Amino acid sequence: MVGPVEAEKGELQKPQMSDCRDAYASMLENLAEQDARVCVVINDSLSSAKMKDFKTKYPLRFINVGIAEQNMVGVGNGLANGGMVPYLCGASCFLTARAMEQVKVDLAYSKANVRICGMSSGMAYGQLGPTHHSIEDIAWTRILPNLTVIVPADDVETAAVMRYSLHHEGPMFIRISRIPVPRVHRDEYEFRLGKAVKLRDGSDVTIITNGVLVSRALDAASLLEQEGKSARVLNMSTIKPLDEEAIVDAARSTRGIVTAEEGLAAGGLGGAVAEVLALRHPTPMRILGLQDVFAPTGSAEFLLQHFNLTATGMRDAALNLIAERT
Amino acid sequence: MSLGEGSGRPSIADDKAQWLSEKANWIRLSAMSMTNHAKLGHTGGDLSSADILATLYLGQILNVDPNKPLLQERDRFVMSKGHCSGAFYSTLAARGFFPIEQLKTFMEPLSMLNGHPDRNKLPGVEANTGPLGHGLPIAVGMALAARMRNEAWRVFVLVGDGELQEGSNWEAAMCAQQYSLDNLIVIVDRNRIQQGDFTESTIRMEPLMDRWTAFGFAVQQLDGHDHLALHQAFSSVPLEKGKPSCFIATTIKGKGVSFAENKPAWHHGVPTEEQLEIAQRELGVEATW
Ligand SMILES: Cc1ncc(C[n+]2csc(CCOP(=O)(O)OP(=O)(O)O)c2C)c(N)n1
Ligand SMILES: [Mg+2]
Repeated sequence: MVGPVEAEKGELQKPQMSDCRDAYASMLENLAEQDARVCVVINDSLSSAKMKDFKTKYPLRFINVGIAEQNMVGVGNGLANGGMVPYLCGASCFLTARAMEQVKVDLAYSKANVRICGMSSGMAYGQLGPTHHSIEDIAWTRILPNLTVIVPADDVETAAVMRYSLHHEGPMFIRISRIPVPRVHRDEYEFRLGKAVKLRDGSDVTIITNGVLVSRALDAASLLEQEGKSARVLNMSTIKPLDEEAIVDAARSTRGIVTAEEGLAAGGLGGAVAEVLALRHPTPMRILGLQDVFAPTGSAEFLLQHFNLTATGMRDAALNLIAERT
Repeated sequence: MSLGEGSGRPSIADDKAQWLSEKANWIRLSAMSMTNHAKLGHTGGDLSSADILATLYLGQILNVDPNKPLLQERDRFVMSKGHCSGAFYSTLAARGFFPIEQLKTFMEPLSMLNGHPDRNKLPGVEANTGPLGHGLPIAVGMALAARMRNEAWRVFVLVGDGELQEGSNWEAAMCAQQYSLDNLIVIVDRNRIQQGDFTESTIRMEPLMDRWTAFGFAVQQLDGHDHLALHQAFSSVPLEKGKPSCFIATTIKGKGVSFAENKPAWHHGVPTEEQLEIAQRELGVEATW
């Protein structure tokens, strides 16, 4: 576990919201400048993947395969084989769901040095609906051997993960939202693969989450403080390899775990945490997420509220868990 | 748009074509109003497909009954380019599948009118589309079912031209040829633009007619904004017995609204109030709803 990186009140500036796609896109340009092997593949996703500037600066290292995701992932394998470091940039729903066998065979099984940058994951596409939501991607990707899975929480972490990715051996899935989020990490934050980030310590319960929900978990911890409860908050940005020690330590010292994820509750982060605890330290849990349903129509924010993926939702789950325990 | 004396086309009358063109423009304005209201939508492809949709649903091509939307022997229509739900929903409402009033709820919280069509929510929707390249395989399955049941209904499927870059379409096309599915009619909305750019500067689609021909389809190219031509074409299927039919409908993305015509940026452009007013004037439509 990294940290604890204290996020005490007043130390961080007033939250300025950012779209993590901006951080990913500008870091990708930096990487391309440093390393001539870096190249980008899109699927007619020039603006949704924010690749206009990259295309202008590095036209020879930029491929648009058109609306063809299965081809895109196969091409990624070939580029890596040929000595390039490809970043496949497009909507997460299509890059995973549509091309899942290519992800399994051409990337994971093949151990190809390819990075999938899955944009607008979770329910970021809001009203466009379940076809465009990517609430399944964590369950699908985290079970694949060899595939590293990362869900950054803010612009700082997104940039840090991208910087890290250049030298990573093997395939990666990086999940990047378009939902604006406040900064939860300090500028000098350094990403460490497979290490949870303890953003706040506590003794009564631990909230484990990642991505766009991390700032909400910090808010939930403040709400819990008002109730006289002390909550630890872990940003589990690496889903795979999972930081088992941080999970077991949290279970030992806080005796209750609430997980929250922007996706299906089954098979995702909550499932991963539960697998560790069932074997190593059985502990009461609450798993927040979509409970075996596709989302109704509504904006991303509406849907997060609808599914209790909010500070109050996490607070209530934690209080409920604590009440049941005592 | 008039049917010249003695042109010999077996077709609908002039006044009917005029009526269809007015209906298509109503669909256009309705779709734009929905997009303006939701601040999300796909204006360009809504406008390019309006004449095709109007002809199919309001020109009595499709044998469907809004009061019995699940009648076994109905014709099936699959809106494979599901992102153009604005035009599709407006057409279904105009045909009577649900109240026109309901169009106002487009993409609102808990609305039945999701950004992409959901057959479990809205009568008249046959397939849940949105990810491109799903409609044609589904349509092939439908056509096979009609064949197995020895029933006479047909399957029409509207695909985008960019959409045809998905390989699944060509897998389905080969299957349609293999099973001689002459109850299957593919309509390509050939507006030459996809999401980020023109098709030919992304992944080129030409020679599109030759491609469909090579895949075993009877192919006809036509003006996708000419109601007489569309009506005549859709009335004369299959184009060839024993072969699936493909109509390449030459269209203009953003058709009918000057500022949106043939502009890639209007793929998912959202009209402002002022632009909506200009559109209304140019389309010559009374307020929609
Ligand atoms: C599998 C998949 N990949 C990407 C997208 C994103 N997308 C939505 S519309 C569109 C362009 C479609 O172009 P075209 O088929 O030509 O439709 P039209 O011009 O009629 O709007 C794209 C890439 C998608 N919906 N599905
Ligand atoms: Mg097109």
